[in-house]
Amino acid sequence: MKKRLLTLLLLAGALSAWAAPDPALVRQLAADDNSDKIAAIQQLAAAAEPGTTRLLQAMADDSLYALDGKLFVFDGENTLDALSGETVELPEGADTITVNNRLRGELANALAALKLFDDDREVRLSAAQELQSNVGAELAPVLAKAKAAEKDAEILALLVSAHAKASLQDADPAVRLAAVEALASVNTPAVRSLLLPLTEAAGESDAAVRNAAVAAVKSIERSLAWGDTLAAVFTGLSLGSILLLAALGLAITYGVMGIINMAHGELLMIGAYSAYLMQSLFRSQFPELIDWYLPAAIPVAFFTAAAVGVLMERTVIRWLYGRTLETLLATWGLSLILIQAARVIFGAQNVEVSNPSWMSGGVELLPNLILPWNRVIIIGFALFVLFLVWVLMNKTRLGMFVRAVTQNRAMAGCVGVPTARIDTMAFALGAGIAGLGGVALSQISNVGPDMGQGYIVDSFMVVVVGGVGQLAGAVWAALGLGIFSKLLEGWAGAVIAKIMILVAIIIFIQKRPQGIFALKGRFADQ
Amino acid sequence: MSAITSALPLPASGRVPLTLRVFAALDRKAWIALGVFLALALVVVPVLHLAVPPESLFHVSTYAITLIGKIMCYALVAVAMDLIWGYGGILSLGHGLFFALGGYAFGMYLMRQIGRDGSYQSDLPDFMVFLDWKELPWFWLGSDSFGWAAFLVLAVPAIVAFVFGYFAFRSRIKGVYFSIITQALTYAAMLLFFRNETGFGGNNGFTDFKRILGYSITAPETRLVLFGLTAIALAATLVFAAWLVKSKFGRVLTAIRDAESRVMFIGYNPLWYKLTIWVISAVLCGIAGALYVPQVGIINPSEMSTANSIEIAIWVAVGGRGTLIGPVIGAFAVNLAKSWFTVSFPEYWLFFLGLLFIVVTLLLPQGLVGLWKKIMNKKQGAAA
Repeated sequence: MKKRLLTLLLLAGALSAWAAPDPALVRQLAADDNSDKIAAIQQLAAAAEPGTTRLLQAMADDSLYALDGKLFVFDGENTLDALSGETVELPEGADTITVNNRLRGELANALAALKLFDDDREVRLSAAQELQSNVGAELAPVLAKAKAAEKDAEILALLVSAHAKASLQDADPAVRLAAVEALASVNTPAVRSLLLPLTEAAGESDAAVRNAAVAAVKSIERSLAWGDTLAAVFTGLSLGSILLLAALGLAITYGVMGIINMAHGELLMIGAYSAYLMQSLFRSQFPELIDWYLPAAIPVAFFTAAAVGVLMERTVIRWLYGRTLETLLATWGLSLILIQAARVIFGAQNVEVSNPSWMSGGVELLPNLILPWNRVIIIGFALFVLFLVWVLMNKTRLGMFVRAVTQNRAMAGCVGVPTARIDTMAFALGAGIAGLGGVALSQISNVGPDMGQGYIVDSFMVVVVGGVGQLAGAVWAALGLGIFSKLLEGWAGAVIAKIMILVAIIIFIQKRPQGIFALKGRFADQ
Repeated sequence: MSAITSALPLPASGRVPLTLRVFAALDRKAWIALGVFLALALVVVPVLHLAVPPESLFHVSTYAITLIGKIMCYALVAVAMDLIWGYGGILSLGHGLFFALGGYAFGMYLMRQIGRDGSYQSDLPDFMVFLDWKELPWFWLGSDSFGWAAFLVLAVPAIVAFVFGYFAFRSRIKGVYFSIITQALTYAAMLLFFRNETGFGGNNGFTDFKRILGYSITAPETRLVLFGLTAIALAATLVFAAWLVKSKFGRVLTAIRDAESRVMFIGYNPLWYKLTIWVISAVLCGIAGALYVPQVGIINPSEMSTANSIEIAIWVAVGGRGTLIGPVIGAFAVNLAKSWFTVSFPEYWLFFLGLLFIVVTLLLPQGLVGLWKKIMNKKQGAAA
């Protein structure tokens, strides 16, 4: 009894393994005319009988042979009769069925449509995604069938949109109307261009469908505009976080010592080159850990930049105390030397720093709003650095001293704050933060000797707008400037946007020379 | 007010005729030096260039004339910078902008003088033909007239400086704040001029000039005339500046530099003093730019780069701030060093320039002139 059952099962398995579709259609695959072949492929796919996949796959792989109305599948080892499934000898003179590019496209679509009935969810999902573009009207029936059978919500949504796209060319206006209405909620640029021809009399004869198409295109455009604005805000946030990393250090040194470090941009460069060096080190020494070079570069960049900062403070800046304009010139000299040193050491060309694998790719929020991981991570990193600086400035003794010197150097000195040492520490801290900013920059822009030059004006603007000695000011100013300039860029172009921002800042400090957040107090002179 | 003026050795202004006051601005030695300089530039150099055969040791080459002419323009800029920085205490990182504006204003005239001799044989400058423009933009109106161009050379930097300076000084922006804002202004202008649509030739700027007032711009005589004019402009600027800083205006300006609050409390409004010297300085830069462009043969937006404007400050610092001969010496010293370095050791020029910035600010706050004075004082002290 058991044995019999097993035999039956085996038999059923064998049968289902070679259940053949309509023989007439299968024979038509070997027709002379390409249009006949296409018709056969489309009808086979629409019928979606079991066994069709293997047949069409063989055709796509050029392993379907034909001779005198008989078709043979070569599966790599044996030749099988396409209709019966029996192993046969490939007859003399049997030739592969020629497949041109047009046929190949049809086959790919048909195969994808057939995959919609696969048992594996992932296979169905990828097939449904593949069918989002270039679906023809002929696939509408098979899509309808798949739609009816589908239980998974995600795949179902994809199938609904694919079915709607396929039925846009249907002869029945009611079907077209339903399709347009279904597509109105799919907010992608591709759907917009698909619906656009239907908004004109030449592309659509039925008035109701036309009106629905107009409404759908409008609603899609509205949603796309939202996506564009959000994308601008996001890139603005990303720019703002970079500006923040560049400006935080500058704000600290400017607040404490009242000097502008023109070599601040070069400290960013040092941070970026540290990332490059760590990447080279990991590549040659620990290639299996290459994805972790970036976290390793963070402390290296911080301490390298901080060490250069201490060196600068001890050798040059300290000796120019109280002569702020001369300090500006001297630090400019330092920046020239650092740039030329980078050119001599690393060459004048940009060096290549690649994203670790966990930073590539992105998350798609809207069809036209993709947030790249590297930018998301940099925003998070900027917040993390901001938090550390906040803790340092507000919860530690060093931070208290730094704030005290910022507010009143002479009085702080009188009550025993070692102001000279605080200067060095503050400068090292500012330089180290710039180094961290450089690591972040290395992930989204070119790393080269001149990379820091462009940031000094921008980051000083952040300090000016934000107000001196205030972390909150720097944060608001950096994010505000970043978002504003990206929004303006979308509207007026990059150069005009930049000029408008600069003019706006010049007007702004007419009204508030102390920045958004001014230190409270009475100063006759600064 | 009278306390300030009467404490000084010169007679109170207003009683002595202007010519006398200008004459008194320089001492005898300085007048003689200026005379020698003009004689060299207007007589000796032309003779050595035209009359002495090229193979002679004493022949002055075209290269030398262009180089010295260029450096004299730079020296003029340096004197302008010294007026605002050395005497006014305001460090501008935007003087490259005024220099370039003067250069562009005069360059427009030079572009129109090309006429139909450009590559496209059009009435329009080549870059406009390239952009497929059919007519001149409105701001090119009248650019074929020399007089209008000369007016623009003075007016454009003056207007830009006045508007910007009025707002900046009114809200009492000073120190590094002011420096960085001027840098931002210049940076914005550079971005603007880099755009092709702005109408000034994009990043190529203006070049390939042919004529000036109908004379060929490459003829040795034209070059010598431009060279002589530059020398005269430089000499006149020095006399004017010497008179200005010794006048009551100049003394109030110096007082504002040293103690702005006190000057305000006495009853002066620093705004107009600062604004006046700022505009004068800008106009002098514009003149220098206009003399520079026909001699060098090109003007493009990179003249407005940050690095260029800061370099002007180092010429002044090297020579000696707050003296009038210092900027001239500084401009010559730094630029001759630059010409030599960029030919012999191009890699080390930036190292040298960077070190110069540091060494001068750290060790030579009074520049070469200060060093010279120190040495002379020591000698006198040793002799006495």
